[in-house]
Amino acid sequence: MNSPVSPTAAAGSELSHLDWLEAEAIHIMREVAGQCSRPALLFSGGKDSICLLRLAEKAFRPGRFPFPLLHIDTGHNYPEVIDFRDRRAAEIGERLIVRSVEDSMARGTVVLRTPGESRNKHQSVTLLEAIEEHGFDACIGGARRDEEKARAKERIFSFRDEFGQWDPKNQRPELWNLYNARITRGENMRVFPISNWTELDVWQYIEREGLELPSIYFAHRRPVVRRNGLLAPVTPVTPVQPGDVVEDLQVRFRTVGDITCTAPVESAAVSIAEIIEETAITTVSERGATRLDDQTSEASMEQRKKEGYF
Amino acid sequence: MSAIEHLPTAGTPAAPEDHGLLRFLTCGSVDDGKSTLIGRLLYDSRTILADTLHAIERTSQKRGLSAVDLSLLTDGLQAEREQGITIDVAYRYFSTGTRKYIIADAPGHEQYTRNMVTAASTADLAIILIDARRGVLTQTRRHSYLAKLMNIPRLVVAVNKMDLVDHAQARFDEIRADYEAFASQLDIEVRFIPISALNGDMIVDRGDNLGWYEGPTLLELLEAAPAAGALRRDRENAALRFPVQYVCRPQDSANPELHDFRGFMGRIEAGRVAVGDRVVVLPSERETRVREIRLHESGPAGDGKLPFAVTGQSVTLLLEDDIDVSRGDSIVGSEQLPTVTRRIEAMLCWLSESPLDPRRKYLIRHTTRESKALLDGIDYRVDINSLEHQPAEQLAMNDIARVAFRLAQPLAVDAYADERATGAFIVIDEASNNTVGAGMIV
Repeated sequence: MNSPVSPTAAAGSELSHLDWLEAEAIHIMREVAGQCSRPALLFSGGKDSICLLRLAEKAFRPGRFPFPLLHIDTGHNYPEVIDFRDRRAAEIGERLIVRSVEDSMARGTVVLRTPGESRNKHQSVTLLEAIEEHGFDACIGGARRDEEKARAKERIFSFRDEFGQWDPKNQRPELWNLYNARITRGENMRVFPISNWTELDVWQYIEREGLELPSIYFAHRRPVVRRNGLLAPVTPVTPVQPGDVVEDLQVRFRTVGDITCTAPVESAAVSIAEIIEETAITTVSERGATRLDDQTSEASMEQRKKEGYF
Repeated sequence: MSAIEHLPTAGTPAAPEDHGLLRFLTCGSVDDGKSTLIGRLLYDSRTILADTLHAIERTSQKRGLSAVDLSLLTDGLQAEREQGITIDVAYRYFSTGTRKYIIADAPGHEQYTRNMVTAASTADLAIILIDARRGVLTQTRRHSYLAKLMNIPRLVVAVNKMDLVDHAQARFDEIRADYEAFASQLDIEVRFIPISALNGDMIVDRGDNLGWYEGPTLLELLEAAPAAGALRRDRENAALRFPVQYVCRPQDSANPELHDFRGFMGRIEAGRVAVGDRVVVLPSERETRVREIRLHESGPAGDGKLPFAVTGQSVTLLLEDDIDVSRGDSIVGSEQLPTVTRRIEAMLCWLSESPLDPRRKYLIRHTTRESKALLDGIDYRVDINSLEHQPAEQLAMNDIARVAFRLAQPLAVDAYADERATGAFIVIDEASNNTVGAGMIV
């Protein structure tokens, strides 16, 4: 799965854009290791966290990762992604901690308003519980600034208070590559090593490094229904509603996450190269094409981040 | 005695069409058309996707505008819209297919100095916007002074709104002469370009209105500027600067090869390093040679071993001799050593709402090293509008001053004008853990 020769522009005096982004991300991860005492790396099996895992290998091999992998599972994830998550964690020989929104529901710390409500935003509660349980002082995540305008203004080392809240008006200045990860007990850092990557950079890096992905990132046939201009997958947790017209389409996922809020796009792309070609010419943003939850209000991501979301 | 010239290439060269990455900063207020310029770059480089465009079309219509207002592309957070101000630096991205760009978009208003200093700290180039109708203003001088202070390698002065002065070359020349008269005091080199961000003239396309201008478009200037991490011509012989971030001691009992493995992990902040190079570890001043340079599964054989590495790369160094090295130490070239010192003089920008208290101890973070620090005097404060020096007892937010600090730990420093990465530091308030100051060592 790993390409034998990873191209590096060390030949010239200029780094390629992927070399530069990779070097920056490695530097950020090593700062976490150097400054924080109990970090964790959020690994969901999605493409951004697959890049994080590769970057962690580049940052710390031949040593072990100085942090465990952590996944907050809504219980509504695609089985292909969960299988991939477990297999990949075992292959690289690092410890994977899974904490489940369903456990928070059983404890009563997550209460759904309706049984069918998306569990996506409730991940914040389970994440904060996992942070408290393990005493994590930093959580490394795969969020990118190009995803959303609230993220465009977030720091690489993003300070969260003991409620996990992000305060956009009170962020620490971040200069040069001098990151300040100092916190007091109970507070937490969220760290985003691929802040400066775009969706296209992620795909190009996956291609260059020859990284394996869950199968649902590639074109496959799947029953879907059309909702608000998006394709909604038909699954046991998202069953057909009265009036829905089910179509069997060739689709792929640009982003994978909770089934109730991640939509596939029509595509015939069966290789990374074909995905890159589609990404380069697409006319719809990643979240615009795939998120069934971000459209509810213009500021929904900003609101969720203030509540402790990544 | 680096042997770089004689070494084979370290790996497959970057694709010929990949010209790396450039980080730039736009300086100006909303009135200068800064948001429109950024919107124009994103729009004309086809970075704006249809759904985003539809959203700003709807907003433009709602506000009763006849054309799409490109400045809405940089519209900020809900918290900002509620208060009608821009709070913070936003980072935006576009790519031309040959080069990736990161724009640092710093807002105006009273917090401008702090924001601009933050955005400038990582910029390879700054675009200073001038409104063609208003010419060189106090803020133009301020932006230029800060760009110089932050040692941004390249400056472009973009005279915007040429459409509002009949695209007149005479007006452009007048502004250029004004600016040059002032810039000569600062000893900075700039490129000038007339543009209309509103109509897109000389941004990505040349347009039909500025035919008298024969120089490159703004995008051509950006495409031709040296990339991030590229060695500037005057820095080609820069000495190695490698602050150690983390020490890797795997002690994997299953693999005897790793029993004695001690890898020093960090990023090459300046210079290059090749296997066999003589290096010095600071502050201990122990001298040794580089035995191996590693980057997991990279290099010509794919075994993770590199013959050499250059500025900007994150690698792991193994040394010939068993020397005690920890996080915070630096591995540097054996010639042109940095200064190891317990007292630094610096230009300091104060970033915090609580003023600098001369009686308090602060924490200074320089490269990967931290030291307690005590203010050892404020020489003067700079009035960034008149550039005059004034006496000062304390510093408030956005103040810039020449100061000195005494340090509990020795730091290995270069002058910021020579090397940004090893001449820069931040000041941390240990009570709040906040970053409260940014320093440039003189």
